[in-house]
Amino acid sequence: MTFHAKVELSLWLQRTRDDLKMYHKEKSIQIKSSASALYNNLSVLRIAPRNLTYFSVVHANMVNMVSASWDGLNYSHRQLQSKEPNVTTSSSLIMQAAWCVLPYREILVLTSQKGIQMYESDGSIMVYWHALDTPETPTAQAVFARGIAAVRDKYICVGISSGSVLVFDVPSKGSNITLSEVLEEHKESITDMASECSGSLECIADLVSADDSGNLSVWKSGEDFQLLNKIPGFDMSCSSVKLWKGTVVAGYGTGQIRLYEAITGIIHAEINAHARWIYSLDIAPFSGLLLSAAEDSLVRVWHLTVTPETNSVEIVHMYNECVTDTQICGAKFCDGDGYAFAVTGYDLSEIIRYTQA
Amino acid sequence: MSSRTLPLLFINLGGEMLYILDQRLRAQNIPADKAKKADWIEDDRRRVMNDIITTMFNKKFLEELFKPQELYSKKALRTVFDRLAHASIMRLNQASMDKLYDLMTMAFKYQVLLCPRPKDILLVSFNHMDAIKDFVKETPSILSQVDETYKQLIEMYTPLSSGEFQLIRQTLLIFFQDMHIRVSIFLKDKVQNSNGRFVLPTSGPVPHGTQIPGLIRMFSCSGEEVKKLQFRNGGNYTSALREGSFEMFGERVIKLGTNMYSVSRPVETHLSGTSKNSAQQKSVNTTPNPLAKEELNMLARLMGGLEVQKTSSVDNGFRVNLFATDEEEEEALISRPDEFSYDVINIQATKNQRANAELAKIMGDFTEEGEELCPSSASSKGDDLLAMMDGL
Repeated sequence: MTFHAKVELSLWLQRTRDDLKMYHKEKSIQIKSSASALYNNLSVLRIAPRNLTYFSVVHANMVNMVSASWDGLNYSHRQLQSKEPNVTTSSSLIMQAAWCVLPYREILVLTSQKGIQMYESDGSIMVYWHALDTPETPTAQAVFARGIAAVRDKYICVGISSGSVLVFDVPSKGSNITLSEVLEEHKESITDMASECSGSLECIADLVSADDSGNLSVWKSGEDFQLLNKIPGFDMSCSSVKLWKGTVVAGYGTGQIRLYEAITGIIHAEINAHARWIYSLDIAPFSGLLLSAAEDSLVRVWHLTVTPETNSVEIVHMYNECVTDTQICGAKFCDGDGYAFAVTGYDLSEIIRYTQA
Repeated sequence: MSSRTLPLLFINLGGEMLYILDQRLRAQNIPADKAKKADWIEDDRRRVMNDIITTMFNKKFLEELFKPQELYSKKALRTVFDRLAHASIMRLNQASMDKLYDLMTMAFKYQVLLCPRPKDILLVSFNHMDAIKDFVKETPSILSQVDETYKQLIEMYTPLSSGEFQLIRQTLLIFFQDMHIRVSIFLKDKVQNSNGRFVLPTSGPVPHGTQIPGLIRMFSCSGEEVKKLQFRNGGNYTSALREGSFEMFGERVIKLGTNMYSVSRPVETHLSGTSKNSAQQKSVNTTPNPLAKEELNMLARLMGGLEVQKTSSVDNGFRVNLFATDEEEEEALISRPDEFSYDVINIQATKNQRANAELAKIMGDFTEEGEELCPSSASSKGDDLLAMMDGL
C-alpha cells in the first residue's frame, strides 16, 4: 500500500461509524488486585501450542498472573509476592514484571527495590535471585531495578536505579544463570529497555536502554556488550522504548514519541502524541503497528513503515481509544500482527482487551 | 520506592486537615445559645489553628520527617495525624476523626492524580503552605517556623528531575491505591463519579512543556523537515498555561491544593465501594511482624518530636463535630463498615504493668482496634515512649 493510500485509509477510519472502528472492545479479564501506576505495567506471553495467553500486572509488592484460554472459557490466576530470601525487613515494592522470550525457554523476570527474581514462565518455580546493594539506612537516591529485555539467544538484561545495566547469561535450561557483565554508561535511573524485535539477523543493534534524563544507549550483544551509539535526551524522562528494524521508538514524559535510527541517532520523526506522560509503547513486529498509551486516558495505534534500503521511516496515525477516567499504565499487543491489544490502568482491577473488528 | 515522599505526604495532608478544621470551626461558630459550653469564639478558633500548626512545624519533628525513608503504612500515618489533631484544646470523637481522615486523604489523592506534571505536586504543596502561612500571619514565632519549612522544601525538591518527581508521584499513588471514598463536594462539582473514581478530563490546557497532541513531523537524513501530518487527538486541548512559581512567594497558577471548602459548603462523605475494593485495600495494608517493629521505632522517633500542649483535663477541651448533629456522629461510628476502620496504635504510654503488656501486644500484633489517642499530659511523653521502645 502506498504511503498516501495509508494516510487516506487512516483518515477514513477515523471518520467512520462505531461499527466500522478499527478495534472493538472485548470482554475484560478481572484480576485479583488493581494495577499500580508504574511504567510498562503489563506483560503478555502468547503460548500458541497450548492456545493460551499469559498476562501479568504489578500491584505494589505482588504480581497478578492470569492465564487465559483463547476460547475465552478458562482463566486461572496466580499471585507472586516479592519474596526475597535472606531479607528480614519489609517486603519490597515491585517495579516491573516481564516475560523474556529466549529460543529454548521463557523466563518471567520481576524487578523490585531489593533485587531481581527470575521464574519459570508459569511462575511456579523461582530459578534465580540477584540481590541489589541496598544500604542499611535509606539514602536520598532510591534503590531499585527496572527495565527488562531478552537479547538474542542467551541474555537477559536488567536496568538499575544507579544507571547500570546488568547482563545475565541464561542457559537453555536449569538455574545456572550467571551475571556476565555490568554495563556502566547511564548516569540516571534506567526506565526501560528493549531488544530488536523484528527477528531479522541483519540488524546490528541488539539492545537499547533508556534513562530518566531521556538518554538512550544502543548496544550490540556478545561476550562483551559493545556500545554502538548514544542518543542524548532533552532532560525529559524516556519512560518506554522499543527497537524494530533498526529504528528506536521512544516515548517521553512530555507526551512526545520520537523515532531515531539506532546506529546513527538520526531523528526520523517527532510526534506530539499525548497530552500527558507516556507509560507504555509496544510494536507488533509482523505488521509494524505501534501502540502508545499515556496518563491522558488515551491509547493510540500507529503504523510504522521502515525501509532500510532507502533509509526511510514513515509513521501514520490509525486509531484512538479513550479509556474513560483512567490513567493507563500498561498497553501491549497480544499477538505479532497486532490483531488484539490489552490495556491496564491505575486503580483498575481488570485487563481491558480490544480486537480488530 | 522514593525515599523523599513522606514530607510531601505529611504537609499536604496536614494542609487539607487544616482547611477542614477551619471550616468546621467557623461553621460551629454560629452561636445558637450564648450560654452553651461548646460555643466557639474567634480567639478559640485561631488558638486551635495556631496550636496545631505549631505542632506540625516543630523543628525536631520536621528534622525526622525530612530524613530519607520509606513511606509509613496507612495505620502509622493515621496515628501521627490523630496525635496532631489533638494537639490543641479541640477534641474529636472517633467518627469525626475517621471522617476527617477520609476527606484529607481523598482530597490529596485527587490532587496527586490530577497534577498535570509530576513536578506540579510541589506547586500543590506550596498552595497548602501559602494557606498555612495565611492562617498564622499574625503570630511571628509560628510564621518563622513555616518560612523555615519553605526553605527546606525548596532545597530538597527544586533540584529533582522530572523522572524523580514521577517516582515520588508513583509512590504516593501506591499509598492511595484502591481508595474510592465518595466526597460530597467532589460529587457535586462533578470531579468524582458515583463509583468513587475521579473524572480525568481529556480537555483543558496541556501541562507546561507538553505540546497539544496532533502533529507528526518527519525528517530527512540531514535533519530537514520533509513532511507534516495532522491527526485527530480525540480531546479538546488548549495550550499550556505559564509555569507557576517554585519560590517562597509567587503565583502558583495551579489551583489544586487551594482551599475548596467554605462555611456554606459542608463536607460529607459516603462510605462506598464494593467489598471487593475494600478487600484489596486491606491487602496493601497487611504488614508482617518484622516490619511492624521497625516501623514502630520510626514512628516513635517521629512522634517523639511531636510536642503536645499541656492540657489539664478532657472536660476543658472543646469538642468539634464533623457531622451535622451529635446523633449523626454516633450513628456514623456504629454503622461504619469494618473494612473501613482505621486501626490506630494505642500509645498511651504510662509507666505501669498494664501499659507494658499493651505495648508488648502491639509489637506482637500490629492490629490494635481503633482507640482514640488519649490527650497527653506532658511533652516528655514522647521521651517515655522512646525509652519504652528501647527497653523492649
